[in-house]
Amino acid sequence: MTNADTQTSIPFPHRHLLGIEGLSAGDITSLLDLADTYVLQNRQVNKKGTALRGRTQINLFFEASTRTQSSFELAGKRLGADVMNMSVSSSSIKKGETLVDTAMTLNAMHPDLIIIRHGDSGAVELLAQKVSCSVINAGDGSHEHPTQALLDALTIRRRRGKLEGLTVAICGDILHSRVARSNIALLNIMGARVRVVAPPTLLPKGIERFGVEVFHDMRKGLEGCDIVMMLRLQLERMSGSYVPSQREYFHYYGLDYEKLSFAKPDALIMHPGPMNRGVEIDSAVADDINRSVIREQVEMGVAVRMAVLDALARNLPNERSL
Amino acid sequence: MSRTGFINARLVDPASGLDTLGNLLVEDGKIADLGPTLFNDSIPDGVEIVDCRGQMLCPGLIDMRVFTGEPGAEHRETLRTASLAAAAGGVTTLIVMPNTHPVIDDVALVDFIERRARDTAVVNIHPMAALTKGLGGTEMTEIGLLKEAGAVAFTDGDRSLNDAQIMRRALSYAAHFDALIVQHAEVPELAHGVMNESEFASRLGLAGIPAAAETIMIERDLRLLELTGGRYHVSQISCAASVEIIARARRRGLKVTCGVSAAHLTLNENDVQSYRTFFKLSPPLRAEDDRRALVAGLADGTIDVVVSSHDPQDTEVKRHPFAQAAFGAIGLETLLASCLSLVHNGDLPLMRLLSAMTHVPADLLSLNTGRIAAGLPADLALIDIGASWIVKADALHSISKNTPYDDRRLQGQILRTIVGGRTVYTRE
Repeated sequence: MTNADTQTSIPFPHRHLLGIEGLSAGDITSLLDLADTYVLQNRQVNKKGTALRGRTQINLFFEASTRTQSSFELAGKRLGADVMNMSVSSSSIKKGETLVDTAMTLNAMHPDLIIIRHGDSGAVELLAQKVSCSVINAGDGSHEHPTQALLDALTIRRRRGKLEGLTVAICGDILHSRVARSNIALLNIMGARVRVVAPPTLLPKGIERFGVEVFHDMRKGLEGCDIVMMLRLQLERMSGSYVPSQREYFHYYGLDYEKLSFAKPDALIMHPGPMNRGVEIDSAVADDINRSVIREQVEMGVAVRMAVLDALARNLPNERSL
Repeated sequence: MSRTGFINARLVDPASGLDTLGNLLVEDGKIADLGPTLFNDSIPDGVEIVDCRGQMLCPGLIDMRVFTGEPGAEHRETLRTASLAAAAGGVTTLIVMPNTHPVIDDVALVDFIERRARDTAVVNIHPMAALTKGLGGTEMTEIGLLKEAGAVAFTDGDRSLNDAQIMRRALSYAAHFDALIVQHAEVPELAHGVMNESEFASRLGLAGIPAAAETIMIERDLRLLELTGGRYHVSQISCAASVEIIARARRRGLKVTCGVSAAHLTLNENDVQSYRTFFKLSPPLRAEDDRRALVAGLADGTIDVVVSSHDPQDTEVKRHPFAQAAFGAIGLETLLASCLSLVHNGDLPLMRLLSAMTHVPADLLSLNTGRIAAGLPADLALIDIGASWIVKADALHSISKNTPYDDRRLQGQILRTIVGGRTVYTRE
């Protein structure tokens, strides 16, 4: 038994986790505090807890994912849940109808928690309306990826002790990035200063009203930053459609030591993975153990997902009814 | 000889500006006489009397942009069910789009629509024919023959004719037949998105369609129209910039007209809220400033007609993630009632709104209706413009229930709809 197991309730009054939008600073702090306890638990020899004993967790991934899916799987198993993975490749489903049908079918099996990733914005919310269990958004289109923002926040908080007042530069394909949207929302709620750095073609309309400062010049954007958060740029977007070439992109927006030198000397480097080495981030920078916390993010990912699963499970019906 | 007398009516004819209490006599499907003094002496024998109790009797509405599923997708809507929805909305003439399976791009198919409408529908139905064969955007249809067969205008419906050369030739060729060319104005390459391009779309993570997709196409077509002459109509505009462009072109003397949908006059992008697909329209619902500019454009006459853009889609194609869901909303039955909110708010004169749904589209399409005058077909609507009701999707007459007004309270009830002297709808 760990600390987390003995707590009967934490202040997280939500049935689903569909996005950062709608959470309060208190909600986020509760989740991060709970996640801290799971970081310790995960470093023990015996990593197994009982918070989700008897619970069924389904990982429903409509988009291929190694990192996020295995992270959720491990998180569920370490809390004692029965975990089932379902990968539905987009080619094998006949889009929408089967999407809702799949959810209804799974719902009939009485899962307690469904974790969903889908390529379309809003798809997870749509499914959440159709099922009677708790739903966690593991990434929907270009909309939100809340557990990624939470694990990033946990990583930063453990390194810097706080989020408030830090300057965070998010760099790369903001336009298509759910990671960016969730992080911008979370960092704003927690009182950090957020900058976005990207060529104009990779910024969404109205981004300046998201509570961010916008930079097109990476050196200026990184100046005085505490955190440099890199985003993945899909290779097919780099051959003339959004930016002219990989070479030009790396030249202006790839993170190398020269550009990094504009940030604070102890600035941390983050990346949600998977990385395109040599495209958005120089290999040596990514592997720099003094600066890069990219592997630590993966570790925090499991702890944060355990915290989210635990917090939602506490609100499930008939839990601890005496 | 059948004769019906409508008594105690508020007779409203937007074409002549008539707005008076009086009576109206229908004989054999045609308006025989009307006025405040009609029946003053006595009501002749053999006249069936309808007491209008002071409510508004106006020309039946004309909706020049309606999609149905007939032929090819009758599970979504047939000509008959669309006509029942129309009748319940006070619409006595509806114009169907050629976007069916098969496409209405051939004389035989125009005949088919006319015949099916005559045999099954309760209101007048005329087709617009495709502007290009198979809506393919590359070859002109037989504009002359199709017009003779009964096509009232030429359009690729919900597709934009993107090829400037084909558009130029179509305008030029159609001018000779005085045929109206109707464009869904949207540069396809700029319109890959699913809603209005805005901060709101960015927050939802949805790809946006900029207003420029519409304005660029309209501006291009107007330059072509300057070369060719002829009559050009934009089926529906959605943004403030388009209102300006149309007004400017008019001042240059171009024969350009345009429409707007009831949805674009009464809703905006914020109604999409959390991915509500019944608000996914083409062109997309835009910002509140755009909506206000459209209302102003309608009020000052820059915008000529109001349409429902009735587009029945079943839940199978709507209950999807927003990006995957089909475009379109139904609107025949709520056409007038939704727009009357603008009148009740004082944003739009009643006469102007009615004009845009009666004699203006009638003149544009050369239809012998849309007015209250002796000798014209008795296509009429009796309306209580003040009565309120709550829209219930399930109670609507369309087969498809994709209304954006579900559960909304609207003001303005259709009491009775008359087509060719025959009552086709009465409210219980």
